[in-house]
Amino acid sequence: MTTASFILKNAFRNKRRALLSVSSVAVSLFLLVTLQVALRELTLPPQSAGAELRVAVRNKISLTNPLPVRQRKIIEKVPGVEAVTPFTWFGGKYKNEEGMSFAQFAMDADKLQSVFGEAKMNVDGYEKFTAEKDACVLGKITADKYHLKVGDRITLDSTVYPGSLSFHIAGIYAGTPDDRNMLFRQDYLDESIGLPGYVGMWWLKVRSADDMVPVIQAINAAFQNTAAEVRAESERNFQLGFISMLGNIKTLIASISTVVVFTLVLVTASTMSMAVRERFRELAILKALGFQRRELFAFILAESFGLAGAGAIAGIGSAYLLYTFGDIGKMTAGIFVAFEVTPRIMGFAALVAALLGIASAVAPALSVARMSVVGGLKTLD
Amino acid sequence: MAEPIVTIRELSKVYQQGEIQVMALDRITLDIAAGEFLALMGPSGSGKSTLLHIIAGVDRPTSGVCLVQGIEVTKLNESQLADWRNHNVGFIFQTFNLIPVLTAAENVELPLLLTRLNRAERRKQVETALEVVGLSDRAKHLPRQLSGGQEQRVAIARALVTDPALIVADEPTGNLDSHSAQEVLGALQALRKDAGKTIIMVTHDPKAAAFGTRQIHLEKGELSP
Repeated sequence: MTTASFILKNAFRNKRRALLSVSSVAVSLFLLVTLQVALRELTLPPQSAGAELRVAVRNKISLTNPLPVRQRKIIEKVPGVEAVTPFTWFGGKYKNEEGMSFAQFAMDADKLQSVFGEAKMNVDGYEKFTAEKDACVLGKITADKYHLKVGDRITLDSTVYPGSLSFHIAGIYAGTPDDRNMLFRQDYLDESIGLPGYVGMWWLKVRSADDMVPVIQAINAAFQNTAAEVRAESERNFQLGFISMLGNIKTLIASISTVVVFTLVLVTASTMSMAVRERFRELAILKALGFQRRELFAFILAESFGLAGAGAIAGIGSAYLLYTFGDIGKMTAGIFVAFEVTPRIMGFAALVAALLGIASAVAPALSVARMSVVGGLKTLD
Repeated sequence: MAEPIVTIRELSKVYQQGEIQVMALDRITLDIAAGEFLALMGPSGSGKSTLLHIIAGVDRPTSGVCLVQGIEVTKLNESQLADWRNHNVGFIFQTFNLIPVLTAAENVELPLLLTRLNRAERRKQVETALEVVGLSDRAKHLPRQLSGGQEQRVAIARALVTDPALIVADEPTGNLDSHSAQEVLGALQALRKDAGKTIIMVTHDPKAAAFGTRQIHLEKGELSP
């Protein structure tokens, strides 16, 4: 027998309780990892290739206020700007669905490749998108979800503009971090039911990373004190600003995570206290045989660590496997397209498990340290 | 009388129960010779277990001196006492107190985990100890697979595996039938005769006490003549 096998035998003497304890730690840590990954995905969305050269220009008052088309010529003349496209929210509902399950934007078809080059599609798709006014291109996730293919027609009822629009699918793109959007032509929107002379916002591409800051400053300055002041910003800042509109979701998730961890500590501490209390007499025997406080503390700590560690491996491991190899799009009904369990999140969860092991061992270890051999021997007499 | 292994002088133990003081031991003076099998008798509450616990270094007196092999055990700190107990005292309890998830051999091996012996050396000593109590064939049995008498013999093996000079037994036959009690007492007697161990046994059974080389009686914390 070794000290390790002795600890192991003690930890699993009540197999059902050990299993339930490990399971409760595993489920809690699985939940904690899930919350942390969700928080990360919501607050730090994945960056597209080419994002470092893209600038979003929106109305300074709010994203919902439109911008006049006349701004385009001024923006195009700013040194460093390579391409500009309008980008207008359509807010269409597909097949009488309750909510919008994918976003649709109107833009310039001939600017798709230059501004959003990471959206890969076959040449035929680009050509048709440019040539046919009612053409649209659809992200692969949405196409797969609704079993749509090139050549199909779809009709969307707008929640922003009166009426509906019918589209012809010219191509299906993939390669962006979120292949769900539908893109169609701004001129089609303007001619059909839109608000000619206005667009939702501008997306533009700068020539090099060095042009980013000067271009942003020049555009902001160009429309200062006009009827439609703008806020130009990098794609990353635009995303983060957009996320801040979700409300204080960070605090909400942090609060839930704290409750999870706190509950976890209570459950594990209670389990360890029970496990130690029921063998108080045995621990007194060990003391009588010559085992010292530090050795008994090490036994309790190792057992507590073992339970927390086993739970951590099961909980963090299953979260990693599920979110790495599972189809997150299907699991979350398309809410998340990526759900990366990063080493940092796994490390955080492992740290929580380690602290849990220590915290839940403290109280039982203290009571054992205070216990006299004679007092312990009388426990069950 | 041979050289005393235990020397007790004016030893008292007072328990405070609320505002009442209970005198468990009242100025006991006693010598126990090396190789003696002392039966400590007396009614419940007479202080015999308290005296045994002080000699074994698991309790402390209120006043007085208790020398075991020349060491004043009452002066040792917790850590020194634990170490001293591991090397010098073997314990046998009324309720056996074996660890239920460990086999007989593993229970016997427990005190050796605190020594510097390697695995093979530990195994050798465990085999020897189990052989002494006649339980070599039960080494891999869990306590629940043993009879009461066998469990207590495993406890005896655990008590002697570190080769201590002193073995203390608190009512070792209290939970056994007469046949098993005879076996256990016989084993203790053999330890004294064959291995020269000093044994202090608390009992209130005169038949058990008869196995000892000397009997002393405690009454209300005092040695009775």
